[in-house]
Amino acid sequence: MGSLINALPGAVSQGLIWGIMAIGLYITYKILEVSDLTVDGSFCTGGAVCAMMLVAGYNVWIAMVAAFLVGMLTGWVTSFFHTKLGIPAILSGILTQLGLWSVNLAIMGMKANQALSVKNYDMLVSLRYLQDVAKGARPLWEHPLVTVGLLTVGIVAVLYWFFGTELGASIRATGANSNMARAQGINTNRNIVLGLMLSNGLVALSGALLAQFQGFADINMGRGAIVIGLAAIIIGDVVFSKLFRNFALKLVAVSIGAIIYYVVIQAVISLLNIDSNYLKLISALIVALFLAVPNLRGKVFKGGRKERSHA
Amino acid sequence: MLKIENVRKVFNAGTVNEKVALHGLNLTLNPGDFVTVIGGNGAGKSTMLNAVAGVYGVDEGKILIDGVDVTHLPEFKRAKYIGRVFQDPMMGTAATMQIEENLALAARRGKLRSLLPGITKQEREGYREQLKILDLGLEDRMTSKVGLLSGGQRQALTLLMATLQEPKLLLLDEHTAALDPKTAAKVLEVTQKIVERNNLTTLMITHNMRDAIAYGNRLIMMYNGHIAVDVSGEEKKNLTVEQLLNLFSQASGSDEADDKLLLS
Repeated sequence: MGSLINALPGAVSQGLIWGIMAIGLYITYKILEVSDLTVDGSFCTGGAVCAMMLVAGYNVWIAMVAAFLVGMLTGWVTSFFHTKLGIPAILSGILTQLGLWSVNLAIMGMKANQALSVKNYDMLVSLRYLQDVAKGARPLWEHPLVTVGLLTVGIVAVLYWFFGTELGASIRATGANSNMARAQGINTNRNIVLGLMLSNGLVALSGALLAQFQGFADINMGRGAIVIGLAAIIIGDVVFSKLFRNFALKLVAVSIGAIIYYVVIQAVISLLNIDSNYLKLISALIVALFLAVPNLRGKVFKGGRKERSHA
Repeated sequence: MLKIENVRKVFNAGTVNEKVALHGLNLTLNPGDFVTVIGGNGAGKSTMLNAVAGVYGVDEGKILIDGVDVTHLPEFKRAKYIGRVFQDPMMGTAATMQIEENLALAARRGKLRSLLPGITKQEREGYREQLKILDLGLEDRMTSKVGLLSGGQRQALTLLMATLQEPKLLLLDEHTAALDPKTAAKVLEVTQKIVERNNLTTLMITHNMRDAIAYGNRLIMMYNGHIAVDVSGEEKKNLTVEQLLNLFSQASGSDEADDKLLLS
């Protein structure tokens, strides 16, 4: 139990960082209704770009903006496969993800990882800062929960504004009903491009934050990102759907969903004393469980009849 | 207002399933024409509407709207000129968005969508007034999700959306076919009201002979991918269902009992 409490602030901070990735995924999965598997690759791209820029001596904010922009580029590649070459969205994402493996290695100078020592670089977030704040060596506002929390609030605010604009509303319409969107003069292909770019930009930004937080970028850091993102979206939806109706609050729910996910994983590991190699298996099972909740709910309460939503 | 010149459309060309859907189709609509379109299954009615709307390209021929050659324009660009209501009530609206959001999207048809607010307070008031025309009480449910509406309500809303930004051409593809008779009558009544108010050039496909005669100033009957019968003015006004069936038999040959049944 003690180890769980000790690990909690770290788990919550990591959850918050992954939450930004999940918010990015929300744009494709929920708004555009496209399952975008690019994220497993673009998450690492963000971490790699940020790490290399820091090593090269750039300011941390410039490094993060660069990670965001390169992430957008990966989204553009997937959207090119999908909208211009006519490859199904899922397959387009898989292709980009596969290709990004090599690209990510190349970004890191053909190495599988790049260390980022907190002593050498001025970073925005770090696990060390968390310990420093606890010891009183740093001001509270440098606590990862505060920095990433504020960043999340900022991102949610911008997305709330954007999806309320004429352009943003047309992207929502593209996902909701592409036939209707085209009949109303909306360029649905262009909107899919924009959505995938924005989404992967945020995913890469989240990767950039995680690389700083854990003190290294690693070629495997994005593996399973899509599962974590889906988990966050679905947990947020299952827990808060009755409470949060507003779009901004739904994004907040996604972020909280990511935190819940990380705390649950941490709890499973520390309380049951499981080898951390089983992490991916546990993740897959937890996500399967939450994905099944809406369906099981229908089976249990509606006399065994399967409920289908009219989206 | 609309000019279809020698249009040919073949599906699955070169395969055993090859189907010539439009076969040298010619049609000219004058401004303000309200044309009802009838014809058996596979006559090419929906293909004609989809070809005009740009859902797919045509193999030969030209399509002009108000003098503009739109033959090679993509669907979303043609939308600038065209308002559409589909047969499937689910198809014309975004179910997960609010009534007023759907209207705001439609009000921007053919315009550049910028980073300005997607809907303004002033617009909302305008929509409230427009929704009152439908007489369905939707003006009090403007922030409800469209998914909560019935099929008839959704078709009426789609109709309003199609005409919010006045179209050069209104395309109605059996938009009452999926509704119960009472709701269908109501939606047709609203259709008549909106078309007359704006004097819209309209193409309306229907399976109902009586509706085809009762509405509009001109009636065309399609057969085998072209127009077989074209009546307008007094002649159309005095038409009976019997006469229409006879005209159809003459145009299509005598062995069309199946289609006759479908049409009556």
